[in-house]
Amino acid sequence: MAEELKVIVFTLAQEEYGIEVDKVRTIERMVPITRVPKTPAFVKGVINLRGIVIPVIDLRGRFGIDETEHTDSSRIIIVAANELEVGFIVDSANDVLDVMSDAIENPPEVLGGIKAKYISGVAKVGESRLLILLNLIEVLNRNEIIQLEQFGE
Amino acid sequence: MEMNQYMSIFIDESNDHLQSLNENMLRLEQQPEDISIVQVIFRSAHTLKGMSATMGFEDLAALTHDMENVLDLVRNSKLSMNGHIFDTLFKCLDALEAMVQDIINGGTGKGDVEELVQILKAIVKGDVEGKSSAKAKTAATASTVSAQLLLDQYQLSVISQSLESGHRAYYIEVSVREDCLLKAARAYMVFDVLERNGEVVKAFPSVQEIEQEQFDRGFSVYYITQAEEESLRDQISRVSEIDSVSLTAVDRESLAELTKSHEQANQIKSAKQETAAAEAPVIASSTVTSKESAPVRAAAATAPTSGNASPRTIRVDIERLDSLMNLFSELLIDRVRLEQLASEVRRNDLTETVEHMARVSADLQNIVLKLRMVPVESVFNRFPRMVRDLAKSLDKKVDLIVVGAETELDRTVIDEIGDPLVHLIRNAVDHGIESISERVKLGKSEVGTVHLRAYHSGNHVFIEIEEDGKGINRPKVLETAIKRGVVTAEEAKNLSDDEVNMLIFAAGFSTADKVSDISGRGVGLDVVKSKIASLGGHVAVTSKLGSGTKFSIQLPLTLSIIAAMLIKLGNEKYAFPLSSIVETGSIKRSDIRTLHGNRIIDYRQTIIPVVSLAHLVDSPAYNDEDETETEMLVIRKGDKLAAVLVEEFIGQSEIVLKPLGKYLAGNLGVVSGATILGDGQVALIVDPNALIK
Repeated sequence: MAEELKVIVFTLAQEEYGIEVDKVRTIERMVPITRVPKTPAFVKGVINLRGIVIPVIDLRGRFGIDETEHTDSSRIIIVAANELEVGFIVDSANDVLDVMSDAIENPPEVLGGIKAKYISGVAKVGESRLLILLNLIEVLNRNEIIQLEQFGE
Repeated sequence: MEMNQYMSIFIDESNDHLQSLNENMLRLEQQPEDISIVQVIFRSAHTLKGMSATMGFEDLAALTHDMENVLDLVRNSKLSMNGHIFDTLFKCLDALEAMVQDIINGGTGKGDVEELVQILKAIVKGDVEGKSSAKAKTAATASTVSAQLLLDQYQLSVISQSLESGHRAYYIEVSVREDCLLKAARAYMVFDVLERNGEVVKAFPSVQEIEQEQFDRGFSVYYITQAEEESLRDQISRVSEIDSVSLTAVDRESLAELTKSHEQANQIKSAKQETAAAEAPVIASSTVTSKESAPVRAAAATAPTSGNASPRTIRVDIERLDSLMNLFSELLIDRVRLEQLASEVRRNDLTETVEHMARVSADLQNIVLKLRMVPVESVFNRFPRMVRDLAKSLDKKVDLIVVGAETELDRTVIDEIGDPLVHLIRNAVDHGIESISERVKLGKSEVGTVHLRAYHSGNHVFIEIEEDGKGINRPKVLETAIKRGVVTAEEAKNLSDDEVNMLIFAAGFSTADKVSDISGRGVGLDVVKSKIASLGGHVAVTSKLGSGTKFSIQLPLTLSIIAAMLIKLGNEKYAFPLSSIVETGSIKRSDIRTLHGNRIIDYRQTIIPVVSLAHLVDSPAYNDEDETETEMLVIRKGDKLAAVLVEEFIGQSEIVLKPLGKYLAGNLGVVSGATILGDGQVALIVDPNALIK
């Protein structure tokens, strides 16, 4: 039997993405970010989330999409996975959807310019809406950051 | 009555009192003449007794009651402490601890205290040398008489004169019934009877204390009368609610005995116990003056802080503190927002209110931040006792010197670090420090020293355990390691001394020649290592054969407050730990010279390197190259100095260290952590050690 999956929906460069709701701590408006030196460009820095210091990355930068100025609708989605807590800067986040597990398909090789390994599947919602579900473990893969750092040096 | 709700309070407070008893007993062992310490001990024991009795733990109450009796004599200078009494009292504390532990584990708190109670009773009766255990209770009436209360010279001569003039002298013990409500009144009636027939020479407790009902169930008097024993007994028994009366006639012989015991008491007071020692050579070891027998000397530094009045505290669930802290941080953000709005609205009374709120919340912040921090003292304070007992049982002499007990650590770390430290200290005393004879042979002082130090450094707290014992024997360690298959013979050849030292942390490793019950089973050090690693710290060991070993534990501060200097670079703020700052000042650009491509300045007749913080953190908004005069911080790492160029000093502040989050953990260069400033913004903390190469 198909299971129901609740996902938080956010947008990034006109595409709609989803993260399972139990991986999301909160969704915050933009707050001042403190830059951390010697980090990859997509790491925007750290924020104070109610007394806890949390690193924030720009998801556009993380996926190699051109970064834009943050707007009023920009949001920081705080996710927790793999014992890591990280904030994702996204263009907007304003929906929670129920996705049936049998409506999720394996991702094609490249989708909206994002490498397949960051995607756990594509869900079809309604008639024409496509939701890209993120593979958080890979998005938060720290080895990749370290490689990037070494590349930068 | 429903007692469960009081149980946790009882347990907490009992532990506190036991701790305080332990500490003060150790202090007393050092300063046996200091009656004020006895007072503190007495009060703790008394409170403990009251609490246990209320909660219905009778064995606890019984034991503390008898301890109290002994302490009462000491406090009134009727008895002076000696090795035997100390040992007995320490045993009592252990028994009490065991019983409280049993209660914590859901038991009934019952314990076999009979033996200890007997010994304590014997001490109260004057057997201050521990003879009773050998001689048992064969002593005749005379010795019973001689005991209980010691008469002074005057009272003795009064009795002896009365005897000569044909009066009778009695030693009378009276006990009232347990359920007696007005003990003082009954006692008064007894005294009334006595005084009608003769004269009370001496009463114990004193008449005054009896009148104030400061006695338990019984009291005793020396009494001179012409009345017959029988009629006296009869009259006293007729007073209602009197349980029993016992009269012992005092004759010349027992009086002589009394005189002797009086002399003996004097001798004890002046700490000369040759006579006693000669009489009972078996117990000679326990009659050395307590100063000598005390193997542990608590560091002078810790003594005053663990002082008399215990601080008034309440207990709070740590989760509540966490949520308090988080809520407060949110409040701060709103405060800043309000300040902003107030500056836009420009209404005086609003601005004033917001400013006041800012001040109050700043104070509040300080308090909230400090709540979670606990001095390591709460872990360290059990060690003096532990080392004392260990040293005694191993027949070694060991001084434990504690430094930096006030160093604060996050509560969660404090809770976990106790066991590893116990292991390491046991190890130091058991394996590290040599036996007395060995030390003398090596030309070392008889007394071994164990240093226990704690201090802050940057993002870490260091705890060091250093002893001046035999040190790690490299060939022996290697031999064992190869035998146990920890390393191969080939590998062993290439190991550095430090690597060899680390082998003792390998699982299943032990170099002790014989297995003792204290340590040496080869479990321990590997557990210590993994425990410390699980706390995110690590342990290192340095050793010099023949002169000692030092274990150094480095612990992270998951949450800790340090004093820091806040500085500004453009719109960014950074914090420098104040502990590493030597001086702040400013230098002219033209004073910076170049030497072999390195920029240096002349600072108080020494040449020190110049570091540009803006350059190190790739500051986007500030560049010191453009300035003619720059602010600088002189920082220190060990004996090396360096000047760090910054744009502007903001000021000194207490900051909370926060981790940057696991995602960024790893090599961050000059940044060691972050802190949240009063305005809710995150500022990065610079690691001065990374600035000095």
